[in-house]
Amino acid sequence: MVDLSTRYLGLTLKNPLVPSSSPLSKHLDSARRLEDAGAGALVMHSLFEEKIEEEDATLARFFHQQSLGHAEADSFHPIPEGYMSYEEKYLEHLTALKNSLEIPVIASLNGTTPGGWVSYATALQEAGADALELNVYYIPASCKESGSEVEDRYVEILQSLHSQISIPVTMKLSSQFSSVVHVAQRFQQAGASGLALFNRFYQPDIDLETLEVVPKLELSTSEESLMRIRWIAILHGRIDCSLAITGGIHNARDVLKALLAGADVTHMCSALLRRGPGHLAMVLRAVQEWMEEHEYESVEQLKGSISQRNATDSAAFLRSNYMRVLDSYQPPSGVLW
Amino acid sequence: MEKTGTLTIDGNQAAATIAHLTNEVIAIYPITPSSNMGEFADEWSAAGKTNLWGAIPRVVEMQSEAGAAGAIHGALQAGALSTTFTASQGLLLMIPSMYKIAGELTPTVFHIAARSLACQGLSIFGDHSDVMATRQTGYGMLSSNCPQEVMDLALIAQSATLQSRVPFLHFFDGFRTSHEVAKLVEVTREVVREMIDDTWVEAHRQRALSPAHPVLRGSSQNPDVYFQARETVNPYYSQLPALVQGAMDRFAQLTGRQYQLFEYEGAADAQRVIILMGSGAEAVHETAAYLNAMEEGVGVLKVRLYRPFAPELMLAALPTTVRAIAVLDRTKEPGSDGEPLYKDVVTALAQDAMSDDSRFAVMPRVIGGRYGLSSKEFTPGMIVAVYRELQQAQPKNHFTIGIQDDLSHTSLDWDEDLRTSAHDETFQAVFYGLGSDGTVSANKNSIKIIGESTDLYAQGYFVYDSKKSGAVTISHLRFGPNRIRSSYLIGNGDASFVACHQPTFLEKYDVLAYARKGAVFLLNSPTGPEMVWDTLPATIQQEIKDKDIKLYCIDAYGVAQRSGMGKRINTIMQTCFFAISGILPPEQAIASIKDAVQKTYGRKGRRITELNFKAIDETLACLHQVAAGAAVGTLQSAARLTDRASAFVQQVTAEIIAGRGDMIPVSQMPDDGSFPLGTAAYEKRNLALEIPVWDSDICTQCGKCPFVCPHSAIRSKVFHESQLKNAPANFKSVPVKAKGYPEGHHISYQVAPEDCTGCTLCVDICPIRDKSNSSRKALNMAPQPELRAQERDNWDFFLTLPEFDRSQLKTNTIAGAMNLQPLFEFSGACVGCGETPYVKLASQLFGDRMLVANATGCSSIYGGNLPTTPWTTTPDGRGPAWCNSLFEDNAEFGMGMRLAVDKQREMARELLVELAAQLDAGLVQAILEADERDEAGIYEQRERVKQLDMALDGIDSTQARNLRSLSENLCRKSVWIVGGDGWAYDIGYGGVDHVLASGEDVNLLVLDTEVYSNTGGQTSKATPRGAVAKFSSGGKRTGKKDLALLAMDYENVYVARVAYGGKDTQTLNAFLEAEAHPGPSLIIAFSPCIAHGVDMSRNHHQQDMAVNSGHWPLFRFNPENIPLGKPPLKLDSKPPSIPYRDYVQSETRFNMLWHTQPDVAEALVAQEQKFVSHRYNFYKQLSQLDWSDSEEVAQVKAAAKVSAATPAATPEGEV
Repeated sequence: MVDLSTRYLGLTLKNPLVPSSSPLSKHLDSARRLEDAGAGALVMHSLFEEKIEEEDATLARFFHQQSLGHAEADSFHPIPEGYMSYEEKYLEHLTALKNSLEIPVIASLNGTTPGGWVSYATALQEAGADALELNVYYIPASCKESGSEVEDRYVEILQSLHSQISIPVTMKLSSQFSSVVHVAQRFQQAGASGLALFNRFYQPDIDLETLEVVPKLELSTSEESLMRIRWIAILHGRIDCSLAITGGIHNARDVLKALLAGADVTHMCSALLRRGPGHLAMVLRAVQEWMEEHEYESVEQLKGSISQRNATDSAAFLRSNYMRVLDSYQPPSGVLW
Repeated sequence: MEKTGTLTIDGNQAAATIAHLTNEVIAIYPITPSSNMGEFADEWSAAGKTNLWGAIPRVVEMQSEAGAAGAIHGALQAGALSTTFTASQGLLLMIPSMYKIAGELTPTVFHIAARSLACQGLSIFGDHSDVMATRQTGYGMLSSNCPQEVMDLALIAQSATLQSRVPFLHFFDGFRTSHEVAKLVEVTREVVREMIDDTWVEAHRQRALSPAHPVLRGSSQNPDVYFQARETVNPYYSQLPALVQGAMDRFAQLTGRQYQLFEYEGAADAQRVIILMGSGAEAVHETAAYLNAMEEGVGVLKVRLYRPFAPELMLAALPTTVRAIAVLDRTKEPGSDGEPLYKDVVTALAQDAMSDDSRFAVMPRVIGGRYGLSSKEFTPGMIVAVYRELQQAQPKNHFTIGIQDDLSHTSLDWDEDLRTSAHDETFQAVFYGLGSDGTVSANKNSIKIIGESTDLYAQGYFVYDSKKSGAVTISHLRFGPNRIRSSYLIGNGDASFVACHQPTFLEKYDVLAYARKGAVFLLNSPTGPEMVWDTLPATIQQEIKDKDIKLYCIDAYGVAQRSGMGKRINTIMQTCFFAISGILPPEQAIASIKDAVQKTYGRKGRRITELNFKAIDETLACLHQVAAGAAVGTLQSAARLTDRASAFVQQVTAEIIAGRGDMIPVSQMPDDGSFPLGTAAYEKRNLALEIPVWDSDICTQCGKCPFVCPHSAIRSKVFHESQLKNAPANFKSVPVKAKGYPEGHHISYQVAPEDCTGCTLCVDICPIRDKSNSSRKALNMAPQPELRAQERDNWDFFLTLPEFDRSQLKTNTIAGAMNLQPLFEFSGACVGCGETPYVKLASQLFGDRMLVANATGCSSIYGGNLPTTPWTTTPDGRGPAWCNSLFEDNAEFGMGMRLAVDKQREMARELLVELAAQLDAGLVQAILEADERDEAGIYEQRERVKQLDMALDGIDSTQARNLRSLSENLCRKSVWIVGGDGWAYDIGYGGVDHVLASGEDVNLLVLDTEVYSNTGGQTSKATPRGAVAKFSSGGKRTGKKDLALLAMDYENVYVARVAYGGKDTQTLNAFLEAEAHPGPSLIIAFSPCIAHGVDMSRNHHQQDMAVNSGHWPLFRFNPENIPLGKPPLKLDSKPPSIPYRDYVQSETRFNMLWHTQPDVAEALVAQEQKFVSHRYNFYKQLSQLDWSDSEEVAQVKAAAKVSAATPAATPEGEV
C-alpha cells in the first residue's frame, strides 16, 4: 500500500491533495464532500480586506450615521439586532467547518495593506484554524513603487500577521516577482512556514461596446501548471519551508508532476469548480494507481525527486531549456513560415 | 417609593415604552412626528421584547390611519389590549372609528404627537389642531407637557381607560415634546404592574366578542331608541375625572410625582392667570415664577384632563382672587367666536356665575388667544405680553401672540429680549450642522453622556430645514441644576457655546447671534489656525470682538480623513465640544465618548470603533484656540438674490430663505396658500464640490445628461448662432448635429454651477468616451469653486437665450425632447434622487398645459415645501399649476381637476356655438375642430383662442363674458396625478382604483421607491419580498403588489412600467403615449432611493440591474391597440438575464437579511427568483395573445391568477 501522507506547514496530511481557496468551502455540504472525496486539508475561501472595509462603509452609511437631517425622517434602515458582520460570519463558518471536518482547515486572509484587518488573524486562530494562508493579491501599478518596495509590502504584512498568531502562516506568491528565489527566502525569514506558487491574477477584460473594463473569471487550464512546476522545482531544497503548488492542477498527471518537482501539497480549484468535489477522489485514485504502477512507496519518496537539484538535467528548468524548445518547434501542417 | 434610574430619551420613546408594555396588538401607520412611536414598538417586538404579561405585542402596519383605527377597533372588540400612534390628518382619518370605539365603551389609549392640519398649507410641526378636532368623539383627552409627563401620563391614561372603559387620547406637542430629548425618571415595569389591575383586563376580555358567549354589538338603531341609548354612557363620563385623579394619586404614591387634572402654579392670591395645555404651559410656569419673584402676583393653570371637561375642578383649582384670565389655544377655528379651550373656560365661569354659590364674587374677565401654531416659538417675552394685556382696562380678546398681524390687528406686541432668570445657572449650547454630517446624533449622544454621568438636567431640541439635500440642522442643548421648563429655543445672546460644523454656514447664517458675551465658538474649518481669522466674514469677526468670544478651530474633515473616518466628523466635533466647553472634566468626557462609541458600534464594527478612537485621540492634538485678529476684514456674507425677482420674492421668499420668516407680517402672506413658481432658482445652494464640464468636441448631443439630471442643473438649448453676440468668452456651443434644425443653429449644454448637487449621474450616463483616453467622457467632473464664477456667467447668459420653438422639436427622441425647457428645477430632493427625473420629464413634455395633483410625500416636499418651489414657468409665463391636497385623496383630487376642465371645455364649446354668429365663422369652426394631438396643433389652438379672446372683449354680453372666462379650456390641458407608492399602493389605492375605473382622461405617475421614503423608509405594499425596511426588519415576507397588472385588468387603462436607467427611450415613449391616451393612464416609475441602501451615484446601474434581473420588467399596455386587433401589451425588456440574487445582493435593503437571517434570505431569494421568471413569462403570454379572441384572453388571465396565488406569503420562521 502506497503511503500518500505528506508534511505541510508542520501538519501531517493524509495525502497532498488540498482544495485551494474557493467558493466550495463556503458551504458545509460541499466541504464535507471534499473531505469524503479524500482531500488532505482544506483552504477556506478568503476573508477579504476590501469586503471588511466595504462593510464598514455600508454600516457607517446606513446604521451608524443615523442623522439624515430631515424633520420627517432621521434614519432609514432599522439597526438589526442579530446582525452578523462579515468577520463574524467567516469565524462562525470556520468553527462549523472545524466541527464537521476531520481534516485540517486553513483559513485565508486576502488583502494588500498592513492595516487593522490583519488583526482578524487572532480571531481566526482562536476559532480553530490549523494554519493561515495570506494572499496579498496586489497589482503594483505605481511608478513610484520599486520592486523591492513591493517585496517590503509583502514582508511587512507577513510580519505583522506572524507577530499576532502562533499557527503556521503560508504565503501565496505572485509569479511576477523579479527574483522568486530571493523573495521566497525573505518570506521564509519573515516567518512564513510555507509558500504557495502562484496566485492567479484574474485578468480584466474590455467590453468593446461600452468601452468599459469588466472583470472576467476564466478558470485555469493544465497548461498553467507548468510555469509553477518549474519554480517549485527550483525552490525545492533551497528554502526551508513547505511548498504548495496552486494554479493549473487539474488531474493526476499535474499532481504527480508537481510532487516530483518538489511540492508538498497540490492545490486544486478550477477543476473542482468545473467537475465538482467528486473529481478529487478520481485524481487521488489515479495518483495512487500511478504510484503503485511505478512502484513508489510513498509521497515523501516521490516529492522533489525531479526538482532542479535532483533532476538528471538540472539546466532543463533554466534557460537552456528555452532554447531547445524554441528550436524544436515545427510549423503545423499547412502553415507556411 | 421605588428606586429608579434615569433615562435620556425623547417624548415619542417615552410614550412607546408604556404603550408597548401595556398592549397586545399595535396597529400603526407612519406619519410625522408620531412615526417613531410605531418604529420603536416594531423594533422592540422584532427583538422579542415582552409586555407586562410576558407576551410580545403584535405590531401590524396598515394601509392608512383609517385602517389602523379599524384594526384597533376590531382587536379591541375581540378582546385584545390595543393601541395606535398618530398625528394630524392621520388622526382625522381615525375619527369615524373613534366614535365607534368610544360609543362601545372600549378601553384603549391612542398616543398622539399633536400636529398642525393641512389647510392653506401642510405643516409637519406641532399644535393642537388635530386633537381639538376629536374632542367630540367621546374619548378622554389627557395632555402631557414634557417627555417626563409623556411617560407618566401614558401610564395614567392606560390605567384610567381600563378602569373606566372610556377610551383615551393621550397627546403631547409634536416635535417640541415628541422629539425633545430630555433626562427623565424612568417609569419601571414594577410601577406599570402596580398601576394596571388585572381584573380590569379580565373584564375587558370578558366583554370581547366571542362565539362562546355571543352578543350582537353595533346594531342599527331607530328613532325610537337611538337617543336614549346615546345617553346611557353619561355615568361613565361623570365618574371619569375622579377615576383619572385616582390614577394620578396612585401614581404619586408609587413614584412621588403628583399630577392634578387642573394644576395651578403661581401666587396663591393671583389676580391674573393664564390657562393652557401642552408644552407651552411649562414656559408659562417658568415665566410666572420669574414674575412672582418680582411680586407680580400671577399664575398659570395647566389643563391635563381636557375631556371630559370638569368645570368644577377647574374652578376649584383657580385662586378666588383671580380677576383676569387669558386662555391660550394652540389651534385656530376660523369663523368661531373663540377657540375650544377658551369657550370651555368661559362656559365654566359663566355657569359658575349663574349658580347660587358662585366661586367668584365677580366673574373674572376672560380673553382668548392663539399662540404657537405649527411649532411657532412661544417665549417668556410673549408670555409676559399676555400677562401685561390682562392688566389693560379693555384687554384684547381673540388675540394672537408670536406673530405680527397687521391685517386683522389681533396680535400683541412683545419684548424679544426679555429673559427670565431660569437660565442663570444653565449651560446653553447651539450647534450648526449639515443634515448628513451626524451633528444631531452626536448631540443626542452628548446629552446622554451628560445626563447619565452628572446630576444635571438635560434638554435637547433639533431644528431642521425643509431640504433633503444639503439640509441645515441647528441643535439646541441645555444642561442645568434645575428642572428645565423652557419649551422654547435658545435665544439670541444666550448660548455659552456655539459650534459651526460647516464653514460655509458662516456665509449664510449669523451663527454668532446666539452667542453670549465670553462664549466659546468652535469652528470646523480646513484653514489652519494661523489663517482662519482671515476667512471669516466681517460680521462674524466683529461679533467675536464685540462679544469677547473665544474662538477655537479644527480641521475636522482633515482629522477624519487621516484617521480613516472618511467624511464622518460627528465624533470629532463631539470631542471638541467636551474638550473646550468645560461642561464635564475632559478626561471623563472623552472616556464617556469612547464608551458610547463602543456601545454604538460594538461588535457590529470593531474596526470602526478603533477608527473612532483614533480620531478622538487625534482631535485633541488638532484643536486650536485662535486669537482674534487685529482688524476686521472686508469679507461679506454672500447674499445674492437677482433683481429679476418679483417684489413678492424679494419681500417674502427671500426673507424666509434668509431665516427671517418669523418676522413676516400676516398681510404679506398669501391668504389662500398660492405662491409664485420658479423660486428654487433663487436659492443657489452651492452644494457641489465638483460639477460636470462639457467637452463639446466629442459630444454627440444625445441628450442623456439633461434627461437623467435629478435637479435640472444641466440643460441643452438650441439657438441661432447670431444669439452668441454677447456670449461670455468661455461660453461653449457647437453647431447642432441633429437633422431638422434650420441652418446656423447651435446647441449648448450648460451647467447651473450653483444649483448642481454634484451627484455625477450625468457623467455616469454619458456614453461618449474620448477615443484616445477612455477615462474622459463628453462630460467630466471638475472642482466647482474654480469654475463657479465663470459658469455662473455662462449660466446667466444661457438663460437669456430664447427657447427653441417647441412645436418644431422632435419630442419623441431623447435628444429632441431634452431641448424642451424643464419646468421643474433645482428641487431640494436628495442628491441623486431617482424620482425627480420623471417629474422633470413630464414638466418638459407637458408643463405648459399641466395641472398637477400631488400626493403628500417626498414629491410634495421637494415640490412644494417653502420657502421655494422647483416648479417654474416658460418665459411667457405658462407652467404647471400644482396643488397638494392630502396623502389619501390624491387620485380623486386629480380626477376632480379633470372633471372641472372637461365640464368647462364643454360649456365653452356650447357658448362658442351660441355666439358663432357674432364671431368669425372660420375661427369658430377651426377652434371646434382643432387637432391638438401634437405640439403644433396645441400651439395653433392657443393662437386661435387668443384671437377669440380679443373678439370676445369687443362683445358686450353676458354670454361673451362668460365664454371669455372659460375660453382657456378650449385648449388642451393635461392632468397629472403624482405621488409615491405609499399613496398609490396603500393609503390612496381605493381612490386610484376608482379613478382608473372611471375612464377619465388623467395621468397617474407613481414614483415607486418601494418604501415610504419621506417618513423614513417604512414598508409599503410596493416593498419587494426580502427587503428589510422599517416594520419589516426581518425582511418582507410577502411579494410586491402588482399594481400594473391590476390596472391592466380594466383593459381601458394605459399602463406603463418604466425605469429610465434601464431604457430611457421606453420611458419617454411611455410618457408621450400616456398623455395621448384619452382615458386614464398609469405610469409606474422605478425610483432608486437612499432608503435602498445604495450609493446613489450608482442609481442607473441599480435600475439596469432591476430590469435585467426581472425585478422590474419594462412594458407598455396601450388599450388603443385592442380595437385595432393588435396586442395592447408590449414587453420592452428582455427575459431576466442576470440572477435575481445578483441584483438583491447589490442593495443593502436586501443584503442586510443575509447578515441577520441568511436562511430566510436564501429562501426568499429563491422564492422571488421563481416569481420574477413566472411573472415575465406571464407578461410574455399576455403580450402574445390574440386579443380578438376574448376566450383565450380570459383563459390566460385565469391561469395566471391561479399560479400567482400559489406562492403565498411565508410566515415568519417557516421559509
